[in-house]
Amino acid sequence: MVYMDNNATTPIHPAVAREIEKQLTNYGNPSSMHEVGRMARQVIEEARENVAALIGGAPENLIFTSGGSEGNNMVLKHIASMTEGSSRNEIVTTAIEHPSVLETARHLAETGVTVHFLDVDEYGKVDMQQLRRVCGEKTALVSVMFANNEIGTIQDLKEIGTVVHAAGALFHSDAVQAVGKIELDVEALDLDFLTLSGHKLYGPKGVGAQYIRNIKQAGPFVHGGHQERQLRAGTQNTLGIAGLGKAAELALTEREEEAARLWKLREMLREGITAAIPETKVNGHDKDCLPGTLDVSFLGAEGESILLYLDFEGIAVSTGSACATGSLEPSHVLLAIGLEAEYAHGSIRFSLGRENTEDDVRYVLEKLPPIIGKIRKMSTRYRGGAA
Amino acid sequence: MSNSFSWMYSDKVKDHFVNPRNILEDEESFQADGEGIVGNMRCGDQMLIAIKVKDNKITDCRWKTYGCASAIASTSMLSEVVKGMDLEDAHKIKPTDIVDSLQGLPDNKIHCSVLGDRALRAAIEDYWRKNGMEDKIQEPEATTICTCMGVSDKDIEAAVKAGVKTFEELQQRTKIGTGCGGCKSDAEELLHEYIHLFG
Repeated sequence: MVYMDNNATTPIHPAVAREIEKQLTNYGNPSSMHEVGRMARQVIEEARENVAALIGGAPENLIFTSGGSEGNNMVLKHIASMTEGSSRNEIVTTAIEHPSVLETARHLAETGVTVHFLDVDEYGKVDMQQLRRVCGEKTALVSVMFANNEIGTIQDLKEIGTVVHAAGALFHSDAVQAVGKIELDVEALDLDFLTLSGHKLYGPKGVGAQYIRNIKQAGPFVHGGHQERQLRAGTQNTLGIAGLGKAAELALTEREEEAARLWKLREMLREGITAAIPETKVNGHDKDCLPGTLDVSFLGAEGESILLYLDFEGIAVSTGSACATGSLEPSHVLLAIGLEAEYAHGSIRFSLGRENTEDDVRYVLEKLPPIIGKIRKMSTRYRGGAA
Repeated sequence: MSNSFSWMYSDKVKDHFVNPRNILEDEESFQADGEGIVGNMRCGDQMLIAIKVKDNKITDCRWKTYGCASAIASTSMLSEVVKGMDLEDAHKIKPTDIVDSLQGLPDNKIHCSVLGDRALRAAIEDYWRKNGMEDKIQEPEATTICTCMGVSDKDIEAAVKAGVKTFEELQQRTKIGTGCGGCKSDAEELLHEYIHLFG
């Protein structure tokens, strides 16, 4: 199996698996005062320190969650409810956010909150002029994803943050795809909120963390207990948190070297595909891109067909085509960068991770061209047999 | 190889997707007697069906499809099923017939098979037109969608062909769903289907 869908989820790092195994019998309730409870509590607080070290904030400003979707929902809804009725109550976000931001923003808009969805350019970068235009004394929160899950484009958060804070607004970033892959520091970026998720950085699913700068004024998001700085009630997921903590610790030491290695593989894949297959288009930014992400459109070949033929060869990828989403609309990200629908339907995302090797890339480069050839031979696009 | 395939598609779909039959490879030498093309690439599905006809029977059927696995499989399956059929019988093939011969399709993939029977009908009608048999082409009867305002599926189709893209535009043009509003979800579904087919 050649797994190149690491932006969907990552395989658990072996050292993370060992850590979780080690904690399986650490059954205490972290809130209990006795020794069994304290042992569980220690695991959670060590994990908090490791996550804080990875993203640059203080451990006291982090709470554990169930993952990215919860974190994103939490921030947007929290700000909307805090600012309800005040003159500063507008939310600004972008057209290419993850559905957990987009759908939450749309839901808030339905309840009467004014929400601005910023456009992006053809590479997926936020329109800075539009950002400057919409940010003002009415803006409560600006939420911009750090790196895009589909095309990998990394935003200029520092520059965006300057505009946001000049307007007196709060700044949130969904950094689920960025954390562990590229360097980031919540303090240097002047972020008020940051969302991260365990399973995108070789940790377990169902666990994430939320950085909150002004933690004393936040929440509670879940009522009914004093856990997580009284913000999120419920006995903590000790095993998940232990795994996330270990994943964060490993990411901090492995990140830089791994990013360089992945970018090399990604470029090898990109060059191989564009050299072997005509009428392709590489989507996203050519430099400000997640190191392992490559999104390519194949004209005249529909994405779900490509995905399934690759699956038969033991290659796992994903697509932005409509057929895969079960709707008639292809990926909102690809449409937002202005890609013609025909190209969007034929898009394949390769997202490489720590288990991928040069041999994997060579295997994909061997299997992919005949698959595209086979699909194009059937395609109404190539009626003269031009493929 | 892949286990995940089995829960999404039937073995029949898989078979026709992996080994598609009767692809139209050389249009010039095939010399179709009738040809039909439906759908558009913008929507992610397009099908072309070409038929050879002798003594009122389909003697050969070739196709091209741009689309997902179920779109490819349903055209491939259809091309086998119609060989030897009378034109009139083939003209009556319904989407459900194609879905049945594929041992079912996931709900969100049904529209792919809708394209297949439409492309086939278009090819048969093309043959009839070219051979002076236009009288065989009967416009299907209109079905009322919005009883309050008396709007039929034909009216929606005509609106889409005239460039209507959204439900709001459709309402402005036909007043559909402005009475009790009970037809709204059916009307929206049809609108999407027709945009897919004719938009």
